[in-house]
Amino acid sequence: MKEEDKIISTIVKRYDADTGMLIPMLQDLQEEYGYLPEEHLRRLSKKLSIPLTRIYGVATFYASFRLAPKGEHDVTLCMGTVCYLKGAPQILEAICDEYKVEPGGTTQDKLFSLQAVNCVGACALAPVMIVDEKYYDGVSPKSALEIINGLSSGKEEPVEEGAKS
Amino acid sequence: MSKKASGIKVIDSPEKLERLRKKLVKQQKTSAESKSVSVCIGTACAAKGSRKLYDLFCEAVKESGVDIEINTKSVGCHGFCECGPIVVIHPEGIFYQRVEEPDVEEIFRETVLKDNIIERLLYKDPVTGVTAKTAEEIAFYKSQYRIVLAENGIIDPINIEDYITAGGYLALAKALTEMQPEEIIDEVEHAGLRGRGGGGFSTARKWRSCRSARGTPKYVICNGDEGDPGAFMDRSLMEGNPHSVLEGMIIGGYAIGSSHGYIYVRNEYPLAVKHLTLAIEQARKLGFLGKNILGSSFSFDIRINRGGGAFVCGESTALMASLEGRTGEPRAKYVHTVEQGLYEKPTNLNNAETWANIPPIIDKGGEWFSSIGTEGSKGTKIFSLVGNVQNTGLVEIPMGMTLREMIYTIGGGIKNGKKFKAVQTGGPSGGCIPEQYLDTPVDFDELTKLGSMMGSGGMIVMDEDTCMVNVAKYFLEFLKKESCGKCTPCREGLAQMLDILERITRGEGKKDDLQKLEDLANLLSGTALCALGKTAANPVLSTIRYFRDEYEAHIHEQRCPAKVCKGLFAYIIDSELCKACGICKKACPADAISGEKKVPHVIDPEKCTKCGNCFAKCPFNAVIKV
Repeated sequence: MKEEDKIISTIVKRYDADTGMLIPMLQDLQEEYGYLPEEHLRRLSKKLSIPLTRIYGVATFYASFRLAPKGEHDVTLCMGTVCYLKGAPQILEAICDEYKVEPGGTTQDKLFSLQAVNCVGACALAPVMIVDEKYYDGVSPKSALEIINGLSSGKEEPVEEGAKS
Repeated sequence: MSKKASGIKVIDSPEKLERLRKKLVKQQKTSAESKSVSVCIGTACAAKGSRKLYDLFCEAVKESGVDIEINTKSVGCHGFCECGPIVVIHPEGIFYQRVEEPDVEEIFRETVLKDNIIERLLYKDPVTGVTAKTAEEIAFYKSQYRIVLAENGIIDPINIEDYITAGGYLALAKALTEMQPEEIIDEVEHAGLRGRGGGGFSTARKWRSCRSARGTPKYVICNGDEGDPGAFMDRSLMEGNPHSVLEGMIIGGYAIGSSHGYIYVRNEYPLAVKHLTLAIEQARKLGFLGKNILGSSFSFDIRINRGGGAFVCGESTALMASLEGRTGEPRAKYVHTVEQGLYEKPTNLNNAETWANIPPIIDKGGEWFSSIGTEGSKGTKIFSLVGNVQNTGLVEIPMGMTLREMIYTIGGGIKNGKKFKAVQTGGPSGGCIPEQYLDTPVDFDELTKLGSMMGSGGMIVMDEDTCMVNVAKYFLEFLKKESCGKCTPCREGLAQMLDILERITRGEGKKDDLQKLEDLANLLSGTALCALGKTAANPVLSTIRYFRDEYEAHIHEQRCPAKVCKGLFAYIIDSELCKACGICKKACPADAISGEKKVPHVIDPEKCTKCGNCFAKCPFNAVIKV
């Protein structure tokens, strides 16, 4: 219990308990746990003296926050205009059917969480699917399922994305 | 592997900046015989493995042990995403495209060490068949005019020295020492710069109102929440040249009288966040941000906020609500944000591209800037040219270039020999422009006249296989999902319109549907609270205006002319192509396909449910849509 109190305290301190920084605080909390655990939101509400409803409102308004634990892998499918016109809806349908999962949800075996996002800004690669930060271009329903089929639990190392200095 | 000048101290005067720049330029000159390999690490190239290429080049340099100096550089987006990953060898500027890992060794051995050109990796014009050695020889680049993107793909975005070598922060020095804040605003006014985020509002007017507004502190915000699907201009800019955005903001802060800056970046852009964060740290270290910038009395600092993933936060008041830690709901703007914005203080918000236009304007003058472009739209504009076009990528053109030139000369025409149908500009709130208007110059006012708009610069080319009703449905779906729900017209109106469009694309359209759509659209534009709702009907209105026949075919004949909407076209089997393999027969859930071995199969239209299984499964493309 103490350890968890500390996490909230550290995050709140990082932003000088400025309630205007609620969104960055939630982002940090989510980075820590992969989602926003309810008991932490309660702690945060007490610590900042703002109603839980407001925190809940913010957490549910923005698409990037999740209130349930996510799966082992992240599967993100771009639904931007170009991806859409090049068949992203069919890919989404195939994934949902095959794994019995909804966009924003996680498979029952917790293998992966599926997200359908607005646009990842990589239109030259359309349709794009991102699995654990690795981009796959020109995806089709078939190849998407193959990529996801290749995911196994506890083995895959996420590919490091970021600039080399 | 880039060189780091050791022990740089805070630069507290313009003279010191000039001295540092000269030193860096000299360093670059003395190494003129040396080679440099630039590897694009923009999102599209990185996705195709350019980071690995960069590592391999670094290794190759290390292992070669040759005498000459070789730099490897990771650079921002070159714009020609279609041909990524892109590797450029300087000083000659040899432009290699679609480079793969096995090519690295050869490039290093042949081109870097021996100046031999590898023909196979050069870009070959698909029409003329001519190969291009450098970027300048490629049609995609030839017609562009790069001001904001000038250094993209040349400088290393995470190395401030590169930016300084290219003349970075000189405009800031000029602004702080030679110009009064009002003079800066006058210069921007003279330039005729209009907001690049979509609205096209005069930047100078906004700055002036904010400067004269009462209340302190004042805030300056960079909108990097690029939400339009199919647009990645700001992303590439923030990733590829983050200092240009910072410099613009610092100058803006000085002109407006603000010392607090915010950059609101989309959460989906992790690389942009990373590069901006590094850029801010470096700028602070050198004294371009913080107290007494360049020894002047002016102080300014910038903080980055990541967006939460809400399209509506591209709207200024919603963005400010989000910065205050609240849900991103817009408010009515009878009091402008320049008077009461963030924390109810005077706030000036500009888009990332607008900010990046400021340094060149201060550097070269408003006169120069206003010589580019059209009467009402000055300068250049970056577009992300995407969709069914040959050359997908990022292009910067002088205002006034025609849509045709953009799509055919720069974009290389339509993919796969298909026919052009429409070009969609302005994001979800924009419209679709048909072929007969392709000679329209790209300009804020001209695009608005056509029922579309400039927007932030998404340009999506659609070919004959695109169903315009489906396109309108896509944008409405998007907007309905992203509507914040605060005002009734947007929340309920969009739902009603989408419901009608869904019916039409299912073949259940009614006679008066088009009238209903138009009525709802007018209601929406007249009564919605913010720009999202007010312009939400544009995709519907513009497609009805130019492609009414397609709507009518859906409604009256239950037929989708582009053969996209499920159920509104039929499948048949081409008997010449059919190999009678039986795959379609097995895949058909309705037993509608008959045929024996070695006999071409046939679909019974009576039984067919038009599910499309046979079309997807046929290995010989023998199932066709009619």
